[in-house]
Amino acid sequence: MQRNLPAGPRPKDVYFFATCLVDLFCPEAGMDAIQLLEREGITVHFPENQTCCGQPAYTSGYADEARAVAKAQLDLFPENWPVVVPSGSCAGMMRHHYPKLFAEDPMLKAKAENLAERVFELSEFLLKVLNVKWKDSGKPTKVTLHTSCSARREMGTHLHARELLAQLDGVEVLQQSHESECCGFGGTFSVRQPAISGAMASDKADALKETGADAFLSADGGCLMNINGTLEKRRDSFRGQHLASFLWERTGGSGGKNGKGEKA
Amino acid sequence: MSARDKILAKLRAAPAQPLASPDASITTHYASLPRTAKDKLAQEFAEKITAWHAEVHTVPRSQWVDKARTIVADKGIATLLYAPATAHGKELAASGIAGLKAYDQPIEAWKQEMFDGIDAAITGTRGAIAETGTMILWPDADEPRLMSLVPPIHIALVDADAILPTLYDAITTQGWSKGLPTNALLVTGPSKTADIQQTLAYGAHGPKELIVLLLTGEAQ
Amino acid sequence: MTTQPMQFVPGSEFKRRAAEVVANPFLRKSFRGAMDFLIAKRAAQFPDPELLERQRTLAEEIRRYSLSRLPALLEQLEANLVKNGVKVHWAENPDEANAIILGICRQHDARLMVKGKSMVSEEVELNHAMDAAGIEALESDMGEYIVQLAGEKPSHIIMPAIHKTKQDIAKLFAEKVPGVSYTEDVDALIQVGRDVLRKKFMDADIGLSGVNFAVAETGSLCLVENEGNGRMCTTVPNVHIAITGIEKVVEKLEHVVPLYGLLTRSATGQAITTYFNVITGPRREGEKDGPREMHLVLVDNGRTQAYADEQLRQTLQCIRCGACMNHCPVYTRIGGHAYGTTYPGPIGEIISPHMMGLAATHVLPGASTLCGACGEVCPVKIPIPDLLIRLREEATHEAKPGHAPLVGQGAGKTTFASLAFKGFAFLYSRPALYRLFAWGATRFRFLTPSNQAGWTATRTPLKPAAKSLRDLLAERRIDERKSC
Repeated sequence: MQRNLPAGPRPKDVYFFATCLVDLFCPEAGMDAIQLLEREGITVHFPENQTCCGQPAYTSGYADEARAVAKAQLDLFPENWPVVVPSGSCAGMMRHHYPKLFAEDPMLKAKAENLAERVFELSEFLLKVLNVKWKDSGKPTKVTLHTSCSARREMGTHLHARELLAQLDGVEVLQQSHESECCGFGGTFSVRQPAISGAMASDKADALKETGADAFLSADGGCLMNINGTLEKRRDSFRGQHLASFLWERTGGSGGKNGKGEKA
Repeated sequence: MSARDKILAKLRAAPAQPLASPDASITTHYASLPRTAKDKLAQEFAEKITAWHAEVHTVPRSQWVDKARTIVADKGIATLLYAPATAHGKELAASGIAGLKAYDQPIEAWKQEMFDGIDAAITGTRGAIAETGTMILWPDADEPRLMSLVPPIHIALVDADAILPTLYDAITTQGWSKGLPTNALLVTGPSKTADIQQTLAYGAHGPKELIVLLLTGEAQ
Repeated sequence: MTTQPMQFVPGSEFKRRAAEVVANPFLRKSFRGAMDFLIAKRAAQFPDPELLERQRTLAEEIRRYSLSRLPALLEQLEANLVKNGVKVHWAENPDEANAIILGICRQHDARLMVKGKSMVSEEVELNHAMDAAGIEALESDMGEYIVQLAGEKPSHIIMPAIHKTKQDIAKLFAEKVPGVSYTEDVDALIQVGRDVLRKKFMDADIGLSGVNFAVAETGSLCLVENEGNGRMCTTVPNVHIAITGIEKVVEKLEHVVPLYGLLTRSATGQAITTYFNVITGPRREGEKDGPREMHLVLVDNGRTQAYADEQLRQTLQCIRCGACMNHCPVYTRIGGHAYGTTYPGPIGEIISPHMMGLAATHVLPGASTLCGACGEVCPVKIPIPDLLIRLREEATHEAKPGHAPLVGQGAGKTTFASLAFKGFAFLYSRPALYRLFAWGATRFRFLTPSNQAGWTATRTPLKPAAKSLRDLLAERRIDERKSC
């Protein structure tokens, strides 16, 4: 995914848009993502009024409702700082679909475009903007990577995550069959078409497990809940972890540098 | 209002935005692609059409009739359909090859025989395309459409000098749009299907075998 | 021999059919194998992603240009076809198309029609109409022949019998074709079809075909095929009737070349098909074969509805390669029949609502995870996921002011979903309210229901964390203050 990266020196401040899933269902991953950024000497600003990117309504065809939610996010990032999002599909929503959502209102459209240009998926930001260079501090392990479809196709996240993991000497990344195939989550699809969604999730869980990895990693909350929920229902102990948490743990946590602390 | 008028009226009522012709983009695109050198075209064509399951015999122009005779004998072809009014048809007629059958009357008069009594047909081509291993057939009153379709074996004469790099070259340099026959035709291998469990099988409805005589300059 | 006409598919029916296939491990494996095969074949044809991107951009440009001039091109096509001796007919809907074809058949006292592959003829249920009129309409594409013999519909637009194994076909032929004994040998099975159909080609009064591209400037119809049955249908019988959708026209023969190259590579991973026919009129004076009469039936059937809207118009860029279904994880799980439409998979989800109305098809745009695989492989760059979202909106809302309603507009609207999304918008556009909600959801997580509709059918229930990220951040701030 070609895009213009912010010119000039490395940013000192970023906004963090946690997404509703990370806020409520995997907050530790959000915390780890914030700490990864802080360890790089960055001040992380968490706008307290953030809620959700509006994707569930948007993809279900409820554009007005999606617009109402999206509009509530547009004013949360007044400074010209990057906005880092720890979930690929939500980042894709803000980056690619916000401008379309406000296409008919020039003022809001301009705001949405300005925001879209600043939105980064976490791994993209770490790799392409911060140019992180890490040393692995964990025991040898094997993992496999599942990238959400929108992250893959709208944000190129699979490539970024792969490059980050390649920096970790002790981590072997195994490739599952049908790697680029969807896990079957699809937001409301998972409840509207449970049979198909369940079959896809089950196939994905099989493919990930069959790699022989110790765990799978994903940078998308929806996929993680879908696949982990499937594995748990099967009483399988194989699990997925958010990429941010894995990266944080493998690179020594706060061991290296001290974070500056997030600012509200 | 007729259906025609209603359909056209609906289309005309839709928002219209004139777009530029893609002609320039098409020209630029094909000009940007790597091209096979002229002296390699015959080789590329032969390799490609062989990969499509055709049998290729490279033969000097003056000796193709003899080659045809050998093939007829080797394949046990008892009846060979040919186009008597064409140049190659005349050469065949003079060859004395046994079992020659001229396509010289409308199909209605001999349909049954065409379907059940012909082993092979021999036709000319209007050239070929190297990139895909494709022959260009230009059936007409003298060499009708069914010759390359109904008999189980199709023998085609391809002149090595008439091979062009791509389909785009063929359509533009041969000026197809200026005058098309009732059925201009590209043929790339024998008839085939993969409709049963993706398994490739030849001779679905058309020829089971395609034999190409690739005619080159005179032998030294 | 007949096939059942297409039934409207209520949402519950789609769900039930899909669940049935999903529960059949044999079918699942067979679809997966077939799709893997086609995906790999296509990928091998496009080793250079940059070149592919350039080809797709060019193909998109050609299709968009053609559509931008559609009414003019159709008139030009008609004028040149007429000049070439072809009779041109227009049909707004399936009934009109069938009546036109039936009329031609009656003029010739036709009893047998052989058919080359034509999805538009499936779309208008031509076989059913012919059967009702006592005319045998026989499919001659091997895959189509097989599904017709089985009394079924094609489950894929390129590979109609992809849902059948060779054992199924062996059994079918042994049962239905007189004098044929059971064999799983594919060559032998194809020979059976060849023998049966050759007789039919000879005897048929009418040959029917589809059209892959219609060329306005030359008045030509292009036909793409491997088997030669298309050539048989368009050459042997005395009358050739071609049927196609109005969107298939392009301006020039040169415009066909890039499209044809992408069509075969995207569809079956072939650089080219065995046959490419450019048919420009019936038998001419002095010619010894070819039909003496030729017709073209141009079918609307909802296409003008898609055309009326600039976004939905992109649907008509389609060249029917089927790559979207080959790459669709949903199609791979359920096959083509579950959709209950002529065109299954992603292209079917965006085109069927125009053909059959949203009342019958509103569930289909929702039958996708929006994973984007379809849009990624589409050779003419139809933004299928965007169109799915758009149709989801049209299916659940009244038409916007100033927009003509689609047929069946709003038919998928439910009070439950409307309220749920209103609630979603209400909650998530009010930060204070959301924070209160998040506070409650984490504190009272023990109240989370254990049965969460479709979600918990195959997964454990979703349960909020004990502390939200906001909580964790607030705690950290307190800790930092303490340590100062």
